[in-house]
Amino acid sequence: MQRVLLPITTIWWREIIRFYRQRSRLFSAIAQPLVFWILIGSGLSASFRPAGATDELDYIAYFYPGIVVLVLLFTSIFATISVVNDRREGFLQGILVAPVPRWRIVLAQALGGTTLALLQGVLLLLLAPMTGIRFGTASLFLTLGVMALLAFSLTNLGLLIAWRMDSTQGFHAIMNLLLIPIWLLSGAFFPSTGVPGWLAWTMKFNPLTYGLAAFRHSLYLDTTTKAFGEETTWTLSMLITGLFSALTYVGATLTASAKPK
Amino acid sequence: MADTEALHSITTDSRKPKVPESRIEVENLSHAYQQRQALDNISFDVSRGEIFGLLGPNGSGKTTLFRILSTLMPVTAGTVRILGHDLATEVKAIRHLLGVVFQHPGLDAKLTVVENLRHHGHLYGLAGKTLRHRISELLERFGVSDRATERVEVLSGGLQRRVEIAKALLHSPRVLLLDEPTSGLDVAARRQLSDYLSVLAQTENMLVLLTTHLLDDAETCDRVGILDVGKLVALGEPDALKTQIGGDVVLIESMDNENLCTTIAERFGVSTVLTDGQLRIECERGHEFVRDVVAAFPEKIQSVRFGKPTLEDVFIKLTGNPFV
Repeated sequence: MQRVLLPITTIWWREIIRFYRQRSRLFSAIAQPLVFWILIGSGLSASFRPAGATDELDYIAYFYPGIVVLVLLFTSIFATISVVNDRREGFLQGILVAPVPRWRIVLAQALGGTTLALLQGVLLLLLAPMTGIRFGTASLFLTLGVMALLAFSLTNLGLLIAWRMDSTQGFHAIMNLLLIPIWLLSGAFFPSTGVPGWLAWTMKFNPLTYGLAAFRHSLYLDTTTKAFGEETTWTLSMLITGLFSALTYVGATLTASAKPK
Repeated sequence: MADTEALHSITTDSRKPKVPESRIEVENLSHAYQQRQALDNISFDVSRGEIFGLLGPNGSGKTTLFRILSTLMPVTAGTVRILGHDLATEVKAIRHLLGVVFQHPGLDAKLTVVENLRHHGHLYGLAGKTLRHRISELLERFGVSDRATERVEVLSGGLQRRVEIAKALLHSPRVLLLDEPTSGLDVAARRQLSDYLSVLAQTENMLVLLTTHLLDDAETCDRVGILDVGKLVALGEPDALKTQIGGDVVLIESMDNENLCTTIAERFGVSTVLTDGQLRIECERGHEFVRDVVAAFPEKIQSVRFGKPTLEDVFIKLTGNPFV
């Protein structure tokens, strides 16, 4: 058992210690979403009311869960960029020639990114009461669970890309072209109600749509105001979120195990 | 026909008195990337206690060979056995036996020396007291104990390389593979490294295999294999390879290289090669040849250098190309 756990914990621990020693990363992953939230949220609150929203829920409250997920996305992605650097610098090669199966390496990296994302997500949760959300034990634990699951899948999604990349520039390009749109079209920014058909379908096939729905469900579990603007059920959104994290993990492991040509 | 076959088998048998468990055996190894043949039918053996250098210019295939030996790339054609284990099927067993030092720094600059070593030890299943002892033992041996708690980023290049070797040795490997270990090191650090490697090979019976594109590095190895565009063009002790050339090497610089090249060849009956803007001549009695050639073309010759053959001469002789 120790032989299985030791490599995982040591790789995980390194991710954490590196993050701690480069604290500017904390700032960059939280500041940008926060500024987005305050500027875009306040700006759009005046003119934009999410479809299906009740009176108590203005746009800034609607946007809040999306911003938490954006922080998770940013942190997970920043954590996986280190894989690209490690590869270039030779540190990863040292891990690859060690007698540790790839699935354990990927699991450790994914758990490292998840931990960091979760820590920053929790910082943002402190702002939840400002949007009228009230936490009970059930909703708090459920929220943390869903956040962990989301962070895990987003980190794996990042790893899936990072393991193929030789440069961080390429990684940034993919992030802008793929990851940000995935977030934009997840119901984080606007609900799917009333959008043009093609867009509604795109959102329906976006796995993160269900992640966000699950997150909204768990956030508002102990709050009387029910306003989601989503018709996705709790079961379906949890099911797809779980499936998504399993698939991204398997995908990242397969990418890491691919034999170089 | 039958006789030569019998003779051949006798010679191959007598070449293998050593047990396979103490050697790296590469047989007919080839590797191709899409269209390009990076390694072409390479065979060589290395024994424990020996320092073996793979010498070759950039693009000669030595990095590919290193990546295959260090288990980063699969064997696609031919066989490699490392201390009796087949690299194609027993990767896991082999990984425990290998200590690998990559060309790019393999240390995390944000971690301290000890943290880097601990991380490495954990990957190999070492923990607790055993690991702590082993770390302090190696730090002591490589003279970096006093820097143990400093971050790697503040150490000099030479010190970092020492920590890297300490890291590669942490799990007590039998084979040490180093990719361009001297790159970025000054002369003093380079010499120190080569001393460390000799001690390792001699006192611990370590099998040391390194790649290099520097002729000076290759000179310090017990045996070298010279690679050129994927082929092993020479294999043996540096001195033996140089003796193959025979005699001396004379290098001449002149105003009119092309013309002089043919004239000297005709007049003295030697083979002259024009490389890198100078004439290269191998001959038996170099000192006499220098005297005669200077006397024969006093106006044309700008400088003459005369010396014993180097590994560079071996490379040029075997490939016809300058070593770059």
